[in-house]
Amino acid sequence: MSAPIQLRPDETFLLNVGPQHPATHGVLRVKMQMDGEYIVKAETVLGYVHRMHEKMGENRTYAQYLPNLSRLDYLGALGYTHGHVLAIERAAGIEVPERAEYIRAITVELNRVASHLFWFGAFVMDLGGFSPLMYAIQDREHILDMLEAVTGARLTYCYYRFGGLYNDVDDDFIEAAKRFIPRMRKSLKKYDALVSGNIIFQKRLEGIAPVSAEMCRKYGATGPVARGSGINFDVRKNEPYSVYPEFDFDVPVYHECDSLARYKVRMDEMEQSLRIIEQGLETLPDGPIMAEKKPKNIKLPVGDYYQAVETARGSFGIRIVSDGDKNAYRLKLRSPTYSNMHLFDEACEGMLIMDALAFMGSLDLVIPEIDR
Amino acid sequence: MGGYFSDIFYGSKSLLIGMGITFREFFKPTVTVQYPYQTLKMSARFRGHIELIADKEGKPKCVVCGMCERACPSGCITLGSISIEIEVDGKIKKKKVLSKYDLDFTKCSLCGQCVENCNFGALEFSKEYNLASTRKEDFHFNLLKRLEERNT
Ligand code: SF4
Ligand code: SF4
Repeated sequence: MSAPIQLRPDETFLLNVGPQHPATHGVLRVKMQMDGEYIVKAETVLGYVHRMHEKMGENRTYAQYLPNLSRLDYLGALGYTHGHVLAIERAAGIEVPERAEYIRAITVELNRVASHLFWFGAFVMDLGGFSPLMYAIQDREHILDMLEAVTGARLTYCYYRFGGLYNDVDDDFIEAAKRFIPRMRKSLKKYDALVSGNIIFQKRLEGIAPVSAEMCRKYGATGPVARGSGINFDVRKNEPYSVYPEFDFDVPVYHECDSLARYKVRMDEMEQSLRIIEQGLETLPDGPIMAEKKPKNIKLPVGDYYQAVETARGSFGIRIVSDGDKNAYRLKLRSPTYSNMHLFDEACEGMLIMDALAFMGSLDLVIPEIDR
Repeated sequence: MGGYFSDIFYGSKSLLIGMGITFREFFKPTVTVQYPYQTLKMSARFRGHIELIADKEGKPKCVVCGMCERACPSGCITLGSISIEIEVDGKIKKKKVLSKYDLDFTKCSLCGQCVENCNFGALEFSKEYNLASTRKEDFHFNLLKRLEERNT
């Protein structure tokens, strides 16, 4: 019998997570230098699904660029398309009818709930619980059915147009959305009892992967990640756009900075989104859904435009530099998970690998949105 | 030590609650649709690939203005036209008619720009979603031929 292999205490090895790995939820590669089960140093490697969306924005006309925006974050696509149309409308001075803005807000919030639901399921599955994913997908399916009925697509929507919407919502949609709200509230209670109250779940997340507010600022993290670290920042409140100032909703903030705090922020956000949808459906004004005065071929005046919106993952910004032509001179997309992900390298130093994967889940990464 | 026992207590309690919830799910109706044995009706606005609309005589409504071709972000549409001479009120007039309408569905993003930009109501989305093939050519559609096939 040979003697067991003796590792030198200073001996480390390199572990490659991804690019194809279920825990990374996409093609992200993480190079981890490990000391046993502890991470000494981690490095995220990007670029596996880079599709040059920014460059495409410079080669296509503004209207032709519409479908691209929903291919960034396929789980919460409407938020991104919303930012794009808002940016163009403001730059070109197009007045959007109120009804169109209300419908935009309602559909964006529905999409946010759908996105958080999927995250919830996948996150709990990362931790080893399978049934919550099935329940979450069942609820999400209701939202996707509703959105399909109005937009014609289930994930990669191309619904908003400069100056309004592709088509109006019908009574069926409004009825379905009204029916969905109580159903979702009941489900949220179920999730609370099944997952949030589960002691294994709590012990896996409580106090794990602390991300300080300082670190969030350093990397530019936004969204639920920053709000789980006590930063009260939500673009909908801080830089109001669309019709959000007319809605009464809260921004959930937790100060524990751990993975559980980020989980709680998202669970509370679903309830807040439901409140917005509820109010939106009640006060939905009648009227046209498309601006009357709208140039046929949009050309932006020479200038530099920026618009930020709060998507399911954080603050998404689109910057358009126009030289007066029918396509942008330079188009820059600031995607929230790109910044959120960069926390990972620093925050997971000295962490157990199981905790690091749970931490990655709590960041809610969508890789095509990081790579663009 | 107290923490240890209370953890066991709360752990067992949360286990029972969780099992209660999953147990109740057992008796709920099944929502899964057993595709392909069962299928759902597509919603009215569902976007499949585009399709030409025929007029009363079964001819395509398209007047070959080329708006859809220009509007398409991905260059999926290729049009072709021929000139024919028709008689209107005794006078011979030239008219362009559609001779080719090819759709390269491999690049289409189903954005709807073509349908929206057609001022003659000549395009619509189909409800076709059963599109699977191992050959790329199967996604190059000849819409004119498809229209004729639908007419017969
Ligand atoms: S739906 Fe969009 S991508 Fe597809 S053919 Fe029409 S314009 Fe082109
Ligand atoms: S826009 Fe309509 S009428 Fe013009 S070429 Fe296309 S399908 Fe034909």
